[in-house]
Formats: sequence, structure tokens, C-alpha cells
Amino acid sequence: MQTANLIIVLLAMVGIAYYMGRGRSFALAKPLGGIRHLNSLPFYYGAQTAIWCCVPSLILLALWALFDEPIITNVVLSGLPEAIQPQTVADQNLLLNRIENIASGALAAGADEQALSAAADRLNGLRETAQWVLTAAILSLAVLGGLWGWRRVSPKLKARNQVEVVFKSTLLACACIAILTTLGIVFSVVFETIRFFSFDEVTITGFIFGTEWSPQIAIRADQAGASGSFGAVPLFVGTLLISFIAMVVAVPVGLMSAIYLAEYANPRVRSTAKPLLEILAGIPTVVYGFFAALTVAPFLRELGESMGLDVSSESALAAGGVMGIMIIPFVSSLADDVITAVPQSMRDGSLGLGATKSETIKKVIFPAALPGIVGGVMLAVSRAIGETMIVVMAAGLAANMTANPLDTVTTVTVQIVTLLIGDQEFDSPKTLAAFALGLMLFVVTLLLNLFALRTVKKYREQYD
Amino acid sequence: MTDQAKAPVESTIDKVNKTLARRYRAEKRFRLYGMLSIGFGLLALVVLFTDIISKGKGAFLQSYIQLEVTYDSDVLGVYDVNDEDQMALANFEGVVKQALRNRFPEVSSRKDKKELYQLASLGAAFELRKQLTADPQLLGKTETLWLLADDDIDTYYKTIGGEEFIGATSDKQRAWTKSLVDADEIELKFNINFFTRGDSREPELAGIWGAAKGSFFTLLITLVLSFPIGVAAAIYLEEFAPKNKWTDLIEVNINNLAAVPSIIFGLLGLAVFINFFHTPRSTPIVAGLVLTLMTLPTIIISSRAAIKAVPPSIRQAAMGMGASPMQVVLHHVLPLAMPGMLTGSIIGMAQALGESAPLLMIGLVAFVVDVPGAINDPATVLPVQIYLWADSPERAFVEKTSAAIMVLLAFLIAMNTLAVFLRKRLERRW
Repeated sequence: MQTANLIIVLLAMVGIAYYMGRGRSFALAKPLGGIRHLNSLPFYYGAQTAIWCCVPSLILLALWALFDEPIITNVVLSGLPEAIQPQTVADQNLLLNRIENIASGALAAGADEQALSAAADRLNGLRETAQWVLTAAILSLAVLGGLWGWRRVSPKLKARNQVEVVFKSTLLACACIAILTTLGIVFSVVFETIRFFSFDEVTITGFIFGTEWSPQIAIRADQAGASGSFGAVPLFVGTLLISFIAMVVAVPVGLMSAIYLAEYANPRVRSTAKPLLEILAGIPTVVYGFFAALTVAPFLRELGESMGLDVSSESALAAGGVMGIMIIPFVSSLADDVITAVPQSMRDGSLGLGATKSETIKKVIFPAALPGIVGGVMLAVSRAIGETMIVVMAAGLAANMTANPLDTVTTVTVQIVTLLIGDQEFDSPKTLAAFALGLMLFVVTLLLNLFALRTVKKYREQYD
Repeated sequence: MTDQAKAPVESTIDKVNKTLARRYRAEKRFRLYGMLSIGFGLLALVVLFTDIISKGKGAFLQSYIQLEVTYDSDVLGVYDVNDEDQMALANFEGVVKQALRNRFPEVSSRKDKKELYQLASLGAAFELRKQLTADPQLLGKTETLWLLADDDIDTYYKTIGGEEFIGATSDKQRAWTKSLVDADEIELKFNINFFTRGDSREPELAGIWGAAKGSFFTLLITLVLSFPIGVAAAIYLEEFAPKNKWTDLIEVNINNLAAVPSIIFGLLGLAVFINFFHTPRSTPIVAGLVLTLMTLPTIIISSRAAIKAVPPSIRQAAMGMGASPMQVVLHHVLPLAMPGMLTGSIIGMAQALGESAPLLMIGLVAFVVDVPGAINDPATVLPVQIYLWADSPERAFVEKTSAAIMVLLAFLIAMNTLAVFLRKRLERRW
């Protein structure tokens, strides 16, 4: 039976188990004088039986799915004659692929490859058997579990407590997915990064301090212009330049908008302007990328030409400026939160001493809100550093080390995307370099976020 | 001390009055800066929308050329429409070419003919095939049909009398198009292809239906996985978690994950789902898994806020009636918090719909012509389709890209409006 069908059958069995368990509790309660003599409500007896029916079989199914394929391929490989036993891992993968193709009928085995077609038959046979065994095992486990759960139903059974323990563990497991995700991120980038640094042509210091970035690896030794050097400094410089431009746009505009909305605007203006500004945050980044690449960049180029400036058509200014527009609502809503959290008494005190509104804002509210604003700005910086689509579409690929905003620069995220789009070879430093860059990005944004979240939280507690 | 007493006394109020004008000016300036900032933000919004709309509105119309087409058996190589082999090899392009030659009999040189043939799209031949298959009686007959024009002709036709034309057409092609215009034999019709077809290398045949369906499958998986998991996690953290280091760690983790750059999730998807679990690349299923991990923090955070908003009196009342903590949550807190959770999830889904960076890494950038029919078919999603078209050199794709953006934004606006509506309608103030 196909696994999908198996799951459907299992679901049906769980439903039956629920009704049987529930029915049994009613039957047991009747002679005692109604369900109030049961320990728990009938629902819980049913649920208890259903849990016994499905949990063990689901665990088996999961384990099977994990270990099924490796075991079968191992058996098939060890059954091959000595002469064609693969020597290396790469050979083994090739051979397995070939057997796989023969087994599925996509390829015909060559005349001299009797052993391979035998292996393919064996593979098919083993898979079929495995599927049958799995079906039988799962179904019998479900029946046995269900029966066991059904037999356990008795007026004294604390079914509710048991069901609730299972529920609660499920909830806990769901909460732990967040931790698993973080672990997954850390492990996946760290492992590939270690593999990256184990190549001879890359060193950690060369990566962090090197000033030349050209990740193309020479295929032939005498190939020109393909040095394969991994010095990431130009990428860092480019990322910082674009993020800086974005911040120059976003921080003043966002901050002043927040101050105006929180302190000056009447409720009507506030209730229209705020959601309108927040539309900017909801627009997908790919749209900003398109806008930057096809509208802003040519506009800046023409503007520069009319002033006699040489503006690159993939200038950092276009990408950074548009990114800044994207971040405006992010800064303004965070700043708005912290400004409105400043107690009214501080405003009243300052105004009572004769300060104008702007003086109150500049001398009292702003200093009081500063930690929160700094936290918000740092979150915005981390957004800018990690932003991908705008720079992929509007910034260039040339790894220039320049602080000139009219020039083309490239960023860490652009390089990650470029290195991983298309063919990925996980045995070449070119592909793995993307993971090393990803690790850098993750660490930097993590530190920024941790610091920012802590500041914001501390600040909130101060006035709560 | 004595000097001061002799000088005319300047009281505090005088000092204040002297500076008042300057201070009021500063006040006005400051206020103006605030208004300018908001104005700048709104201006950016308006410019963005008008730019996209002005670029994309043309894509909803497509040029068609009127031609007299003869389903000539000899040209087609089809003598029996029911013979599948003949139909499979049938030369419908030849028929289109013949029709073009008949319309412009003056064209004779080989090179000119080649340019002439470029007036009609490849899609014209597909259309003829469909017509003939539907109605075998047509074989040998002559019909006057509106056939799909090539993208360059389309772009040129749309710019006649308007802005400057930039594109790849020769002078002759332009002259022919002009003569078609004069004879009223070219016109704009609603571009049905754009809404019903998958991707194509030919801009006039490219549509967003494939990407839209891919997005639909992806979002379906994301919703099915992230909503229950997110709500369950939120319930645990809000109602059951003991205050200890472990739950603190989970909390910090979730807040952090919400701020991790989306591209990192792409790396995770590539390393874990594709390389480790061998999930099929380029499919909605792997995209949905990655987006699930990405939207989970958003959903957890908003669900927790919704649970927190349920007043403790409800819990206490339920407890007082003898409900167990689990019953309190499932029977009372959860239903009351549901509107808030739904709103948060819709916003999370809207985010997932617009996300493209992590999907570039797990193969969603593949060129997929077929419209996906299931969650494990190769597919692409709307934002990635936009990225792919934005990268295409053909001029006509600019229009298509903007139109696809308009469709994407329409979906996003619809989802956000729904969220706002739900919030207004269902959320209770206690």
C-alpha cells in the first residue's frame, strides 16, 4: 500500500478507535448509573483509545521513513560483486543513481552490466517487500494499540489526565520547533562553512581580511581571469555602504514621521497616515527591487548625466535609497511605540515649565525614548544588512571596494544568491562560500537583534 | 554686583519674550520637518504605485492581427484531421506564414520574408491547431481570424502616437505594422493568455497562472503547517510554560527568528530539506516548508498577544466551575483568542506570499512552462516569477512584470483588508 493511502486508512482506524473507546465508556457507565460515575468524560476515553491507536504506529512510520532507504541501498550495494564495488563516496552515488535509473526503467542496462540489472531487480523487490512489511506492521500495531486502549477503558481510569499529558507534550513539541529551527540554521551553515575552510585555497584570515573577491574557480590550470579568491572585505564594504545609505533615508524620515504622528497629528490624520505609511512595509521586496532597478536607477543615471556626474546604472544609491524607503515604516512604527510609551507626566512637566512642544520633544521625550529608538534603529540596520531582493535586482555583482555611492558595489546577500542559483556543487568552495557568507550574516544580525531586543525590552519595563 | 544694579534691569519675562519669536520659528520648523517626512513617505508610496500601474496597465491588452488564413492541406501536410500522426507533425506555422505573405504580396526577398514572419507570434500557430482540432470541417477552408501578434510588434503598436519606442523591430516591420493599423487590421484585445498560461520565453505567451497556482499550493502548505503549530506553541508558552531557563530560551529564540534575514532560511532549506531529507527541489512542498519555518515566529507572536488579551476573569470563572487547565484553554481561551490568531496568521500568510529571497535558493527559479497540478510538481511562485521576468531582456517583459506585480499587490491588499475587517468585526474589547 502507498504511504499516503496507509495514512488515510490509519486515520479511519483512529476515528473508529475513538468511537469504540467512547462507546465502551458509555456501556461501562450504564450499570453504574450514568456517566457521572466515570472518572472522566466519555470524550476522554475515546481520545485515550484513539491515541493508543495512532501514536505508536506513527512513531514506527517516522522511524521507518528515516531508516528505510539507507538500509535498502546498503543491502543492494553489499550484494554487488567484488569487481564493481565502489571505492569512493562519489563513485557509490554514481552507481546508485545508475541502479536507480535502471530500476525505474528510465535507462536500459548495458549488455555487460548483468550485475547492475540484477541489483536493480533486487532494489525493486526489496522496496516492494519493505512496503508490504510496513503496511502490515503499521496496521497491526494500530489494531493492537487500539485494542489495548479500548481494554484499558474502565470507570476508574484517569483518562482525562492521560490525554491532557499527551496534549501538553504536543504543545511543548510545537514550541520547541523554534529551537529546532535555530539549531537547524546553525548546524547547516556551520557544517558547510567548516567544509569551506577545509579547502586549501581558503583560509579564515584570508576570508575575513582579504580584499579580493572572485569566487570563480579555475576549471583548467591555465585558465585566465579565474583566480578563485575569497576575500570578503569588498562585500562587507558594499553591504555597509548600501545599509548606510538606507539608514540615511530611513532614520530621519521614520523618526520625524513617528514624532509628528505621536505628538502633533490629530487623531484623524494619525488614523489615515499611519496605515498608509505601513503599506510601504507590506509591499514585497521584489517589487521594490523592480522599482529600484527599472525606475530609480535610470532616473538617477540621467540626473547624474545632466549634472555631469558619472552614475553607474547599478549604483549603490538607487538600491540603498529604495531600501531606505522600505524601512521607513519599520523605523517609524518602532519609534512611535517607544514615544507613546513615554509617560504623559514628563510631557506635562516640561510644558508646564514653559517649553514649547518641539523643545519638550527634543529635550525631554527624545532623551527618555532614546534607548528604545536606538534598539529600533539597530533592528532596522539588521533588516538592511539582510535585505536581499532589492540588492539582487538593483545592485551589481562587481566586488568594488569603494565608498562612492554612485558606483556599483555588491553585498553579502547578492553573492549568496548568485553563488547558489543554478548548479550547486557541494564539493567546490564556490558553492560553500555562500554558506560561509551566510554564517557571517547570521552572526552579525543575531548580535544586532539580541542587543536591540534587549534594549527595547529593558526600556519597556522601565515605564510599565 | 553693583554694576548690575545700575544697568537697566532686564527681568526674566523680557528675556523670554526676546527669544520667543525665535523659539516659535523653531517650533514651526520642527513641525514642518515632521510633515515633510510623512509627505515624503506618502509621496514614495504614490510614485511607486503610479509607476507600476503606468508600466503595467498595457499588459492586460494584447495586439492581434487580422489575417485571412487558409487551412491548406498541402501546406499543413494534413489530409485527415483524425490522424494523430499527421496532426502532430502539421505545419501550422506554414499556414501563418502563407497568410502573412498573402497579406503583403509585395514582400519577395528571403530576408524580408523572414522579417515578415516575425509579425505573428508562435502562439498563432497553437491557436490554429486548437481551432482545427475543435472543428475538422475547417480543413481546406479560408477564414478571417485575429491572430496573436509578436511581442515587439505589440510593444510598437502600443507606443504609436505615444511615448518613444525602444525595441527590436526593423523599419520594414514598423512600416508593415503601420499599414495594418491604417487598414484597421491590428487591434488590442483583452490578454486572456496572461491569466491562463504558465511561463514562456515569448512575452506575448507568458502568463501568471502557473506562478499563481504555485503560490497557492505553497501558501496552502504553509498555512496547514504553520497555523496549528504556531497556535499550539503560543498556547504552551502563554498558558502552560513554567517560568524557567528553558522557556526563556524558547522565547528569545522566537523573537530572534522573527528578525533573522529571510535569505538565511533559504540556506537552511537548501542544507536541511534538499540536501539532507532529499525533498524534491523546485516544488511547492519544499517552498512551503521553508516559508512555514519563516512565518512561524510571526504567527506565534501574534497568537500570544491574542491569548494575552483574553481577560483572566474568563479563566478564573472556568476554573471555578471545575474545568482542568487544558479545558480552560481549549474550551474558553482559545475560541475567544481565535479572531486575533486568525488576523495574525493572515498577515503572516501575506508576508509569505510576498517572500522570494529564500525561494531562489531552493530551486523555485527554474523555468517552468507547465502549470503545476499538485504540491510536488515543479513550480514557481508569483514573486519569483516577477524576479525572473524583471531579469528578462525582452522589452515586453517590463509590462508583464508590472502587471504581475499589480496582481500580487491586489492579492496582498485583499488579504490585509480581510485581516483588518476580521479584526474590526470579531475582536472584542474587554
